[in-house]
Amino acid sequence: MNTPESTADLNDRVRSILAADRRSLRGVRIREIGVYAVLVLCGVFSLLITIAIVGVLLTETLNFFRSDEVTLSNFLGSGQWTPLLGSTKSFGIWALISGTMLVTVIAMAIALPLGLITAVYLSEYAPRKVRAVLKPVLEVLAGVPTVVYGFFALVTITPFLQWLHGGFNVFNATSGGIAVGILCLPTVCSLAEDALQAVPSSLRDGAYGLGGTRFDATVKVILPAALSGIISAFLLAIARAIGETMIVAIACGSRPQVTGDPRDEIQTMTGFMVQMAGGDVSNFGIEYYSMYAVAFTLFMITLSLTMIGNVVRRRYREAYE
Amino acid sequence: MVPRINSMNTVTKANTVTSKNTVTTEKEAFAGSPTIQTATPTEISQEQFALEILNLDSWYGDFQALHGVTIKIPRNQVTAFIGPSGCGKSTLLRWCNRMNDTIAIARASGTLRMGDTDLLSKSIDVVDLRRRVGIVFQKANPFPKSIFDNVAFGPRLHMKANRSELADLVEWSLRKAALWDEVKDRLNKPALGLSGGQQQRLCIARAIAVGPEVLLMDEPCSALDPASTLAIEDLMDELRTQYTIVIVTHNMQQASRCSDKTAFFFEGKVVEYGPTDRIFTNPENKQTEDYVSGRFG
Repeated sequence: MNTPESTADLNDRVRSILAADRRSLRGVRIREIGVYAVLVLCGVFSLLITIAIVGVLLTETLNFFRSDEVTLSNFLGSGQWTPLLGSTKSFGIWALISGTMLVTVIAMAIALPLGLITAVYLSEYAPRKVRAVLKPVLEVLAGVPTVVYGFFALVTITPFLQWLHGGFNVFNATSGGIAVGILCLPTVCSLAEDALQAVPSSLRDGAYGLGGTRFDATVKVILPAALSGIISAFLLAIARAIGETMIVAIACGSRPQVTGDPRDEIQTMTGFMVQMAGGDVSNFGIEYYSMYAVAFTLFMITLSLTMIGNVVRRRYREAYE
Repeated sequence: MVPRINSMNTVTKANTVTSKNTVTTEKEAFAGSPTIQTATPTEISQEQFALEILNLDSWYGDFQALHGVTIKIPRNQVTAFIGPSGCGKSTLLRWCNRMNDTIAIARASGTLRMGDTDLLSKSIDVVDLRRRVGIVFQKANPFPKSIFDNVAFGPRLHMKANRSELADLVEWSLRKAALWDEVKDRLNKPALGLSGGQQQRLCIARAIAVGPEVLLMDEPCSALDPASTLAIEDLMDELRTQYTIVIVTHNMQQASRCSDKTAFFFEGKVVEYGPTDRIFTNPENKQTEDYVSGRFG
């Protein structure tokens, strides 16, 4: 093999390979510019869409407030939401915010503890085989269309609640809240699990090496270390619950009112918008513009939650390196 | 708190000594001869072993990492494990406080004894074992908590110490780890703000705060600069009077500088084990000689 001739042959062949034509520099440059342009266009496209949506929301909301029939103090200071009642129209957003809050609180009472506990189990306790089954199953939950959750709430959860306690309305906040909670469960679980998994295993070793049990390591080291990720998971889940539409439109009813009674029919901000957009309201009246005012309020709430989530994640993130 | 730990150690030692004496006295009374009072040399040396490893085999799944390892680790001395990467020295170290339990596929057979305690027994309380046998890892791994809370972590798990006892214990441990003067004014600051060498000394303080008898060190200086390495080596020199130290190192100068005994590992076997001086100046085995003189590995 290593005879002088064969080595010389190889050297000759390599020399001719190296001497051959390279790819055209001009072609390379054009391709790089093309790729760059496509990437920039895609980025700009999503940016423009966002700006357009916010722009439409903002102008139509301004139109709403320019009307004689509505004042900012009525909008922000009242709990009466009766946009369709001819002479006694009132636009008190608190009726809708209250409905949204009620559903969100119920949903989070289910999704946050269950999601976090499941995440801790998956990340710290579950044997690999259990984890391999449980995680995909949870992710399937996130893929179920929300309309399915909606009628599941209406035809299964509500009758069950009524069987437990006679006072539940056919449409009620609890039923929708439970369904939204189930919907948010995989979000909380998967994001919180990511946060737990991101804690370096050297910290687990440290806790075990000092004689800590699995529970000690989880509660005293891993959970505190993952806290920022867990909080931002919670905030994202809350934003998701506040914005959830189909379930509450189907299961919670359409009576806007300020109430703390979870057995009662309510209407959420999203529920109202669906009712408006799906109904036969003309597209210039005050009730039409009220839809945009509600949408803008909702947008501001979810936007601030997302931003708080980002701040929390950045500020409390532990740098391990 | 601090005196209590010391006295605890003393009591244990005193107990063993007493029982030994009692045995001797009984024998003496039985035989009626004063000559038995002098213990045989083997008895004395057995008494001085902190860890006895006899014919230990270890596997990760199908891969056998250790082949019939036999080492007796003397009490209150520094024992160094050297050898090329993957030779099983860390594996052995991690059996000494059962850190390998965290690896599902790891198993071992043979004998690993600490006094009368069988460390490989299924029924052993690993929580208590890890209190008695502390470990310091290759990469400093302080918890994302304050300096104080890092050192107090172990005591809070194992003892019902009140606030002032905890403070005493933290100060004592940080002094032992030669870190007190540098951090005494910022005990409530995050431990992650310390330099790499300080973090590693903090981890040593954290390990000794629970009053271990043995301190395992898995390449504690491999990520440190020469100055911090020197600080840790000085520290080991001071700690050896109270603790049995087992150190895994890739740095042969380090092993020759700071250990009393050295074991050379190769491919899961102990090639040679003996006093550090002899291993480095006059090894019996050709492989050992090649390795310590830097000709391979």
